[in-house]
Amino acid sequence: MSLTAAEVAELMRLVEQSGFDELTLEMDGTKFSLRRGAAPATSPAQSETSTHRSPPPSPPVQNLPATADPNVHDLASPLLGTFYRAPKPGAAPFVEVGVQVEEDTVVAIIEVMKLMNTVRAGARGTVTEILVADGQLAEFGQTLMRVRKAG
Amino acid sequence: MRIIRTCRKLGLETVLATSTADRDSLPARLADRTVCIGPPRPSDSYLKIDTIVHAALATKCDAIHPGYGFLSECAALATLCEAEGVVFIGPTAAQIAAVGDKLRARLEAQAAGVPVVPGSAVASADEAMAAACVIGVPLLVKAVGGGGGRGIKRVDRLEDLPAILELAAAEAGAAFGDARVYLERFITSGRHIEVQVLGDGNGRVIHLGERDCSVQRRYQKLVEETPAPGLSAPLCNALHVAAVRFAQRLSFRSAGTVEFLVDCERDAFHFLEMNARIQVEHPVTEAVTGVDLIAEQIAIADGAGLRLTQSDIQRRGCAIECRVNAEDPANDFRPSPGLVRSVTWPSQEGIRVDTHIASGSCVPPFYDSLMAKIIAHAPDRLAAVARMRRAVAAIRLDGVHTNLSFHELVLADREFQAGAIDTGFVARLLERHAAVMEPAPNG
Repeated sequence: MSLTAAEVAELMRLVEQSGFDELTLEMDGTKFSLRRGAAPATSPAQSETSTHRSPPPSPPVQNLPATADPNVHDLASPLLGTFYRAPKPGAAPFVEVGVQVEEDTVVAIIEVMKLMNTVRAGARGTVTEILVADGQLAEFGQTLMRVRKAG
Repeated sequence: MRIIRTCRKLGLETVLATSTADRDSLPARLADRTVCIGPPRPSDSYLKIDTIVHAALATKCDAIHPGYGFLSECAALATLCEAEGVVFIGPTAAQIAAVGDKLRARLEAQAAGVPVVPGSAVASADEAMAAACVIGVPLLVKAVGGGGGRGIKRVDRLEDLPAILELAAAEAGAAFGDARVYLERFITSGRHIEVQVLGDGNGRVIHLGERDCSVQRRYQKLVEETPAPGLSAPLCNALHVAAVRFAQRLSFRSAGTVEFLVDCERDAFHFLEMNARIQVEHPVTEAVTGVDLIAEQIAIADGAGLRLTQSDIQRRGCAIECRVNAEDPANDFRPSPGLVRSVTWPSQEGIRVDTHIASGSCVPPFYDSLMAKIIAHAPDRLAAVARMRRAVAAIRLDGVHTNLSFHELVLADREFQAGAIDTGFVARLLERHAAVMEPAPNG
């Protein structure tokens, strides 16, 4: 048995959201073990003290609050779908941080059930932040990027 | 809320798809995860099949429960789910299509030997006239793609038929994307009695009894109850048998409701339509049978088949449900969206409240005005009515108008208390109390 990074992340998420503090998985000679509590276990009692159920993690989607700065344009996703930074797999991304864009510059693709929808910058300026990872789910209205407006 | 509650009970994770208008709702806070699928307008969010399926796939959902309304009876959603390997908790796309087309549903009923209301499809104004002469007036013009009480127009005089037909077709085209209409005799004294069924998709179907939903205003149900009062045992039984036969013929899968119109004068019954989804009023059936219908839907969808046999279904007592809507009875029941500043729901014995509205909740203007369902269960009908009256009186809601004053009138009414009212009841009640309709004190 081997676990992919995605599977490990999924297991971590499930344990975190559950009432359990420890998971040990052994299969086909591979052992995987997960214990709740970030502090190093200096004593055996450590795990007992952290048996309280931690609150559910904040939603995996980071929807950072829109900045109040009028010079910054928050590019909100016009659709729910999978966010892609490049026109196709392996190609160079449309934009990187620091790149100049026009209002109608294509900066990303949101794919919905195999249908590609282009996303345009919406403002003239410089890309300062790209907040969603390539291939991640973007919700409707989620801030995808920030553009510092020119002029 | 209802679905999330059962999922939590079963240890199932939930992902709720919401529009921006519902992002801060109570169900959104209770779901394990919420994803925003679009702006408030249903056509840009709740009705977007591709977006919803994409959201389910991206969040690794195993199944979609479509609830009621919106896409719950959309064959295209069921089809896309089937294609993408996401379980659709409900019937098959083919079954949804079979009963979603109300004309086709009538044909299915006839094939199953279930009587239908005298009526006819109409392809032209001339055909309609000819059919109308046979059916007689008053009659109803109904949209083939309608259902749920929508797209119905009444014709009292034959000479009005052509104009009403044209209007009905235009409205149907706009509302349902299908301009086809059909005619049905208008039954003056009728009772809306429906039968809850569960099917395993392989030919086994059981029924969970009937519900009386005759308290309706403009074809929208407001008060429902089970069992249907004053229905003779043979007639009641005939309804159950007909519903099961109809569903069995389709090898119906999951929960559904077969609706009938009982003709009081002629002591006969007619098939109206079948709803291939869980219905708003399902809690009254749950109250008297002790069955969690959502859990049964999930079990069937999960491949467990029908866990219950017909003899497992026992009904105890009587249950009544009142739909509390955000609307203003004093102004023709106009929707009253807004912020619910504070609300106290009743919590007495024998009372169940299904709601997504708490103090501070918003009732957005874009959707249905339903805020809560109050269900009263008691050993007999009079006790259930009394329980409901106390429960309604105990509701304190501030911020939007409600139809609570309407419910108070219904529950206090002698005709209602005697039971076995027909669908003309509400119109008569409102006429009697025209001068009295006032907003509820806290509304």
